[in-house]
Amino acid sequence: MLKVEIWRGTEEGRYETYEVPSQPSQTVLDLVTFVQRKLDPSLAYRFACRVGVCGSCAMTVNDTPRWTCRTHVQKVVERGRVRIAPLRNLPIVKDLATDMVPFFDKGQEAKGRFIPSDAAATSVAEISPEDPKRKEADAAIECIGCAVCYAACDVVSWRPEYLGPAALNRAWTLVSDARDSDRIGHLQAVADDAGCHACHGHQNCVEHCPVGINPTRSISGLKRLVLMAAVRGRL
Amino acid sequence: MKRLELWLYIAQRASALVLAPLVLLHLGVILYAVAGGLSASEILGRTRSTWMWPAAYGLFVVAAAVHAAIGLRVVLREWTSWRDRSLDLATLGIGLVLLLLGLRAVQAIA
Ligand code: SF4
Ligand code: SF4
Ligand code: FES
Repeated sequence: MLKVEIWRGTEEGRYETYEVPSQPSQTVLDLVTFVQRKLDPSLAYRFACRVGVCGSCAMTVNDTPRWTCRTHVQKVVERGRVRIAPLRNLPIVKDLATDMVPFFDKGQEAKGRFIPSDAAATSVAEISPEDPKRKEADAAIECIGCAVCYAACDVVSWRPEYLGPAALNRAWTLVSDARDSDRIGHLQAVADDAGCHACHGHQNCVEHCPVGINPTRSISGLKRLVLMAAVRGRL
Repeated sequence: MKRLELWLYIAQRASALVLAPLVLLHLGVILYAVAGGLSASEILGRTRSTWMWPAAYGLFVVAAAVHAAIGLRVVLREWTSWRDRSLDLATLGIGLVLLLLGLRAVQAIA
């Protein structure tokens, strides 16, 4: 039997302890699902794909932000106990479900969307996978939007307006995309007070990103480009 | 000011670039000076021997005042809820005080 402590409530709340039978290859999401199906159907949590693709199942597990569907209990259990809380730095809707709206809004604030050129495309842009800029973008592109990095980032907790690692990483993929037509617009969006220069580069985001993205690297790329654009008077 | 944060960031990095070699120079000079016995006349004799010592320390003081004031502002913004104009003015004040104290010291060795 495992003792599973789960946060119940909103910002105000408490940990409740549940007993869940231990199974081989069990994931943290399995524990939560067991509690919700067998012990307390009022438990709120979120998941969809169960295979590490959708990014909806992230929670704080023993004080560390993780994707729960791909985290084996064995890896995190401490003396038969697992403590599960909602992600940090986001409002709590109920129990383990956080409100992701501020996180996604920041993706928009950072202008994290592709800006096509005005003319209707008449031909397909030819971009070699070997192109160095394409490689930069590729290294950062597989983000699943799980907000694990956002929860891991201390600067977000100190300065709630900070755009955060995921939004800035996304902006970097667009700045590095030869097909995007508004490079300066992307740089302007991340050059503000809450933008890339607020990052301390301490790599907690890198440490926790479940898919191995390095947002710190992307952010330093942005810092460099913003700096160059500012010095040239192009911002 | 438009893009204040960005320009402060740039000033912070630029002053760090200036500070790094000067700190090494300063440490080197301390080791060197202590080795030969420490007296005010010996130190003043050296610093007054050429305009380059006061110039180097003058630059040091300017860079340190800029760097410390901006750094302090960042720490205060992150660790306290002090965010508004009054913080900017306070940091400006801290920078000026550091600058004045430092320049007075430089004047004394010039
Ligand atoms: S490196 Fe930057 S974005 Fe990543 S956790 Fe640290 S401050 Fe946050
Ligand atoms: S960068 Fe990594 S941790 Fe952050 S949202 Fe994307 S996949 Fe999740
Ligand atoms: S449920 Fe989709 S990533 Fe975990």
